[in-house]
Amino acid sequence: MSLAVRRRVFLVAAAGFGALIVWGLTGLPDFGVEIGHLGTRIAHAAVPERHVTAAVSAINFDYRAFDTLGEEFILFTAAAGVALLLRSGRGERERPHIDASPDRQVPETSDLVRVFGVGLIGFTLLLGLYVVFHGHLTPGGGFQGGVVLAAAVLVVYLAGEWVSAGRLRPVAAMEALEATGAAGFAALGLAGLVAGRAFFQNVLPLGRSGQLLSGGTIPLGNLTVGLEVMGALLLVFSEFLEQALLLRRRS
Amino acid sequence: MTVLQVVALALVAAGGTAVVATRDPLRQAMVVGIFGLSLAALFLVFQAPDVALSQIVVGTVALPVLILFTLAKLKAIEGDEEDDE
Repeated sequence: MSLAVRRRVFLVAAAGFGALIVWGLTGLPDFGVEIGHLGTRIAHAAVPERHVTAAVSAINFDYRAFDTLGEEFILFTAAAGVALLLRSGRGERERPHIDASPDRQVPETSDLVRVFGVGLIGFTLLLGLYVVFHGHLTPGGGFQGGVVLAAAVLVVYLAGEWVSAGRLRPVAAMEALEATGAAGFAALGLAGLVAGRAFFQNVLPLGRSGQLLSGGTIPLGNLTVGLEVMGALLLVFSEFLEQALLLRRRS
Repeated sequence: MTVLQVVALALVAAGGTAVVATRDPLRQAMVVGIFGLSLAALFLVFQAPDVALSQIVVGTVALPVLILFTLAKLKAIEGDEEDDE
């Protein structure tokens, strides 16, 4: 196909696509108009029914926890897929860390980066734990907190020699963390069945709204999902790190 | 729509265009991080703090880091090929 013909086909397709987009956009409701009433209903029901002040957490870990179970296993499968794809291939060998090869002069991590890194580890860990444990009270929860916790471990890598140390890359522990989180969340769902009620029904005492121990199974859901997300992300980061820094083609 | 929302929308539009317009992948990894941050600001001013939190950690930490690791790996492969010659 010549360039002129291709351009003509593109123009016709783009014009048609543009017309459809404009047509679709004109049919949208006006800005700020509320569609559906479920949002308002749950925002009003979360405190009296579930004793949690974060309505989003009430949806994710109670009303629609079944959807979250699916999402959780999407992440679980994705991490497993990354681990499978990035395994060391037949033609690759692990080589000593670049800093360890004798003929290479590598600048050391600067003191400034180290000091800030070490200072950040504590803050990041605390923030991650706060976000996980207050998921049912304030915005945040297991997903967000789990990623923050994984980021805290990344700061360790940034501030020191994570890869050369080797012992700070405990893949088995990451896998155990991820599996425990995923299984724990599924067990929360089964707990409803064991209690003779619906899958993922809130079976624990709800406590007083606004307190750390309230909301029944919702904080537990945040905790298990937090562990799962942290483990999965660490596993993915670790696989990428290994690919980027340790594996070389066998020569 | 408030002024803040208009500013956030404009920032996201400009950021998204900047990501596409950046040709060097290394710079692009940085620009996509900044774009992720502006997206988080957008979610925040549209009153979705939960989504904003996820966006901050995934869009500005996880995604650029994974891109950087991939670039490092690609550079290492190129280095190996030069060694072979």
